[in-house]
Amino acid sequence: MNAQLQPSGSAYFIDTAKPLVETHALAVIVDNEPGVLARVIGLFSGRGYNIDSLTVSETQHEKHVSRITIVTSGTPGVIEQIKNQLERLVPVHSVADLTVSGNSITRELAMVKVAGTGEKRVEALRLAEAFRARVIDASTASFIFEITGKTDKVEQFITLMVPLGLVEVARTGVAGITRGAEGMKV
Amino acid sequence: MATAEMTGAEIVLKALQDQGVEHVFGYPGGAVLPIYDEIFQQEKVEHILVRHEQGATHAAEGYARSTGKCGVVLVTSGPGATNAVTGLTDALMDSIPMVCITGQVPTHLIGNDAFQECDTVGITRPCTKHNYLVKDVNDLARILHEAFYVATHGRPGPVVVDIPKDVQFAKGRYVGPKNIEHKTYRPRVKPEQDAIRAAVELIASAKRPILYTGGGVINSGVTASKLLRDFAAMTGIPVTSTLMGLGAYPASGKNWLGMLGMHGMYEANMAMHDCDVMINVGARFDDRITGRLNAFSPNSRKIHIDIDPSSINKTVRVDIPIVADVAHALEDMIRLWKSKSLSLDKKAMDQWWKQIEAWKARDCLRYKKNPDVIMPQYAIERLYALTKDRDTYITTEVGQHQMWAAQFYRFDEPNRWMTSGGLGTMGYGLPAAVGVQQAHPKSLVIDIAGDASVLMTMQEMSTAIQYELPIKIFILNNQYMGMVRQWQQLLHGNRLSHSYTEALPDFVKLAEAYGCVGIRATKPSELDAAIKEMIDTPRPVLFDCRVANLTNCFPMIPSGKAHNEMLMGEDVPDEEVGSAIDAKGKMLV
Repeated sequence: MNAQLQPSGSAYFIDTAKPLVETHALAVIVDNEPGVLARVIGLFSGRGYNIDSLTVSETQHEKHVSRITIVTSGTPGVIEQIKNQLERLVPVHSVADLTVSGNSITRELAMVKVAGTGEKRVEALRLAEAFRARVIDASTASFIFEITGKTDKVEQFITLMVPLGLVEVARTGVAGITRGAEGMKV
Repeated sequence: MATAEMTGAEIVLKALQDQGVEHVFGYPGGAVLPIYDEIFQQEKVEHILVRHEQGATHAAEGYARSTGKCGVVLVTSGPGATNAVTGLTDALMDSIPMVCITGQVPTHLIGNDAFQECDTVGITRPCTKHNYLVKDVNDLARILHEAFYVATHGRPGPVVVDIPKDVQFAKGRYVGPKNIEHKTYRPRVKPEQDAIRAAVELIASAKRPILYTGGGVINSGVTASKLLRDFAAMTGIPVTSTLMGLGAYPASGKNWLGMLGMHGMYEANMAMHDCDVMINVGARFDDRITGRLNAFSPNSRKIHIDIDPSSINKTVRVDIPIVADVAHALEDMIRLWKSKSLSLDKKAMDQWWKQIEAWKARDCLRYKKNPDVIMPQYAIERLYALTKDRDTYITTEVGQHQMWAAQFYRFDEPNRWMTSGGLGTMGYGLPAAVGVQQAHPKSLVIDIAGDASVLMTMQEMSTAIQYELPIKIFILNNQYMGMVRQWQQLLHGNRLSHSYTEALPDFVKLAEAYGCVGIRATKPSELDAAIKEMIDTPRPVLFDCRVANLTNCFPMIPSGKAHNEMLMGEDVPDEEVGSAIDAKGKMLV
């Protein structure tokens, strides 16, 4: 998982300068056939690319087409390679770099379980309101909050919950889509 | 199209016939018996029984590379499939079109650790271009045709179709190959005209241009080789080639510089280093070609023609990428070059060629002849001299002999040179020769081999005997894994750890045991007569050519060095071989 350290793929080349690492969200439209996710993940592990987050679901049932959103990090050259390598996979229809196109929205959902009583419990609820997190389950000693938003907002909310009795977190990973009327090529 | 119900096994054979497949290389086993039963009952598709599944894959590779057709392999589940993995990976690395049909345990047993079960699609996913597990017999015909489409379109590669035994028995509908293409896979073959224009303009402005060609020219077909020759002739640009591209431009051609790369020609590497415009035609800037990347051709602007977009800017940034099939790109470039009546600066080109001639004068392949011992270089030179006027195909194993073959055997036509370039598979050459000979029964097929490599797939001699394939195995026998030893000498203080084969078989007796002919040559004076005897023998021959044991392969770009820092043979006398590469270089691969 050190893609940023091996910019060249050549055994000869040891680059001492630390290149700039960027984080990109890629949307990948694929045939929902057996093994397609393994193909995508195998590409990342086999070539030493990073996966920060990955979500996948069938989006067009009648055509058996799924959409994968991958958040990955690497130098601009590595990101370019990742896109080209993904496009090379036979069941991949198209790849879009949501970060480069700029005009896009990314969201993720997290369910955050917090246990506590007294002042901590009240504070957790107050913060949840400030973050527009919903209470989806409650007991006298715990809450489960549902929070949706960009990754950094979710991160921040979780960090704030740590001293207030954070028990566990379930996150969906990032889904992304471009703004405007245009859709991705399927 | 016939819509009558057929069994899965019948569908397999019908699909192969409709794809025009004449030869299948395979090995039977429990999970493919229904297909073998169908093979028995028809005559259109001939099955060649190998002795090991790896042999089947390499034979199919040799068959594919020498004909331009798709190689076909049929193996059973479990060990049959895992034994095929090396050949599949080899085909992927060298972009060889291949369809490999594997048997699988019945659907209801998949995942049960059944006898001879393995996760074939899981294991072969990273070593194939694409693969399929067929769960419904009604998908089988479409998948098989699709597999041939994927294997042969775009950048060619191996495709695995895994067929469970119950699917082979089940009855289903057959569909023909017409109109079958993959629903999404559409490789781009035609270039963007803006890129072609920019490339042609850049070439016309060059003062020191070079054509760096690769296996893509061969894969693109005979037309591509012809167009490359035309383009080189009309522009006068010098041509060098990778190991995989030998033969696309003739070695007897006026513009030929020889192979480039780690064991390439001095003039080719120097010209790559000093050029101002590099035209990469169907090659991929492999690390054996580039040497140290940050010193690779530092002052050139680069054009890269490749059918695979992921090859572009992978290791070397290029100025003008052209994603296209080589033949299409060259055709457009030639048309534009002619219509604009372009030409290169005559004075600059004369000077460039003068410089190249000066490099050529170093005579980088020079070696000391020996009246008592056969030098390996001499053996290849004589083999070439005695076979060049014949219809000859050459395969190789991997190691020193492979590099000597690439340096000293001269190829004038494409598809005549079969070698394992990307993966570097020892044991490739003998089964590949079986495949080549099957495709060209009347031609002279020679596997230039090493004593260590040839033992890896020696059992395929038995196949050659069974099918009366008169392949010639020309072993440069130095009793070492020569290239391993060379690296140990250069990089590991001359500690020859396990690179000496202490108990080699008597190859002549081994030949006789297989039922083929064994010939041995130990002196230069007897070499010619022995080679002639080999050529004239109408049966498979194992030729034990005893060569100088400690000869090393030069010139060489040492690890961590650039194209203009080659080690020449004369720089490295045997006693100094250990200090030829500095400590930093020794750290690298």
